Amino acid sequence: MNTRVATAERSTLTLPTLGLRQGQTELKQFLRSREQVVFTLAFPVLMVVIFGSIFTGELLSSGVKFSQYVVTGMIAASLLTTCFQVLAIQIPIERDRGVLKRFRGTPMPRTVYFLGKILMILVIAVAETIILLAVAMPLVGVSLPTTAADWLTFVWVSLLGITACTLCGIAFSSVARTGRSAPAVVTPVALVLQFISGVFFVFTQLPTWMQQFAALFPLKWMCQGMRSVFLPDAFATQEPTGSWELGKVALVLGAWCVGGLMLCLTTFRWTTKRDG
Amino acid sequence: MTVAEMSVAGDAIEVRGLRKAYGQEVAVDGLDLAVARGEVFALLGPNGAGKTTTVEILEGYRRRDAGDVSVLGVDPAHATAAWRARVGIVLQGTGEFYELRVEEVVRLFAGYYPNPDDADAVIERVGLLEKRRALTHTLSGGQKRRLDVALGVIGRPELLFLDEPTTGFDPEARREFWELIRALAAGGTTILLTTHYLHEAEALADRVGVINDGRLIAAGPPGELGGRSQSAATVSWLGPGGPESAQTEKPTAFVYALAGRFAGGEIPSLTITRPSLEDAYLAMIDTGSSTKERA
Repeated sequence: MNTRVATAERSTLTLPTLGLRQGQTELKQFLRSREQVVFTLAFPVLMVVIFGSIFTGELLSSGVKFSQYVVTGMIAASLLTTCFQVLAIQIPIERDRGVLKRFRGTPMPRTVYFLGKILMILVIAVAETIILLAVAMPLVGVSLPTTAADWLTFVWVSLLGITACTLCGIAFSSVARTGRSAPAVVTPVALVLQFISGVFFVFTQLPTWMQQFAALFPLKWMCQGMRSVFLPDAFATQEPTGSWELGKVALVLGAWCVGGLMLCLTTFRWTTKRDG
Repeated sequence: MTVAEMSVAGDAIEVRGLRKAYGQEVAVDGLDLAVARGEVFALLGPNGAGKTTTVEILEGYRRRDAGDVSVLGVDPAHATAAWRARVGIVLQGTGEFYELRVEEVVRLFAGYYPNPDDADAVIERVGLLEKRRALTHTLSGGQKRRLDVALGVIGRPELLFLDEPTTGFDPEARREFWELIRALAAGGTTILLTTHYLHEAEALADRVGVINDGRLIAAGPPGELGGRSQSAATVSWLGPGGPESAQTEKPTAFVYALAGRFAGGEIPSLTITRPSLEDAYLAMIDTGSSTKERA
């Protein structure tokens, strides 16, 4: 007979502390898997170097070079890759390995798992952006924002973009049935979005139907927000409506945050399908 | 013995009429089960008999189609964090935490519980002290299973589920594992164990239950299962014309009489055996399946 009387019902640690611990653990796991670190952080840098070297002199208008246009888009695209792609691939693998099922069997509040992922992603995304800017500034002549307003835009576009992509990544992790199929399911989505959202091409030169389709997804708006920060204001005339449409950027990204959160809460699976 | 007779108020696990189907396939078909507090109960049964489905319903992982289930007084379909803190789970498969050390995983899990055991003490108890700084994916199969148990008991559970804990162990590792389970049971933890190994059930369990075709077809102390303590003994010996054997209800009298037939009263190659747990089990499984075929 067990006579021990439980004195507390929940962990003595608070939710933020648990989340922080989970985030530290996630980050530790990320940093210890060297291939993942190198590929996640180096791939966008490599792309910037390639694009910066190919399109050295092509001018668009208002003194903006094509390479500057692409690199600005790459900053947004690297957020998509880090937040959406990494999570949508990593979570099905953890589900397959039974890690999620184990967490589910403990009194850990579900939120703690998500907080851990979000913290890890936030650190990687910030590091990634800093590295990208450090490479892009001397190579293609992108300069840091000069006004407080631009800095503010940079921060909120980044944060809203990270949040939307992270939530969508967690939600999309339920689509892949197995960890092995996850890259095949996730990579095309991320890649197609990059091509239709004006990362590698000037957005307004894409077919109209493609522009309209791309406008449904967050990446197009993240790119547009980033251009408003890093490209001269006069270039706004080259956007589809002749302005940066920052209000609409906030609205669409905000809507994806809300939608992504709803999807996470309703569709997230802790066990594989064969686990019932 | 019926479930009603076994059942005592405040049992750790009470199950009545449990039913679960996957599409057309019925995995659990009216199962009754009662496990007393402090008891070590082993569930035996062939693959696909419904063991894991039953256990995972009790753990709160799967939904049931019908029946009443109470685990530590709570319906696991409505599991709360407070309830999970009182239940320890060792799943059938080993979940791997890549790039984390043994002690890091154990400490992480300890933080989830209101009243956790000391992480170092638990690591030592499961025999992973020397491996505490090893990355979990470098552990051997047996060591990974020890880590599973460490994570199952770190919250000081009142009830521990062990789903086929020693599959793939070598005999020595299995014996060491049994000692670990016995120590937990001695500390008052109720344990529900599923296993394929009959000698494991015999070595660990206070009572054994046999599941076949989704029902509990027998339950009792391992020595009494299938009435084997009362069944006839088999006496075998080497006669003048070769090996001979006989079934008898009174083996002592039989051997006494038999000894007179041999010079010097010594019977060559004498053995007396009663049906083993395995014999009793196999007989039960056989009856179970033929019943179903007739139905």
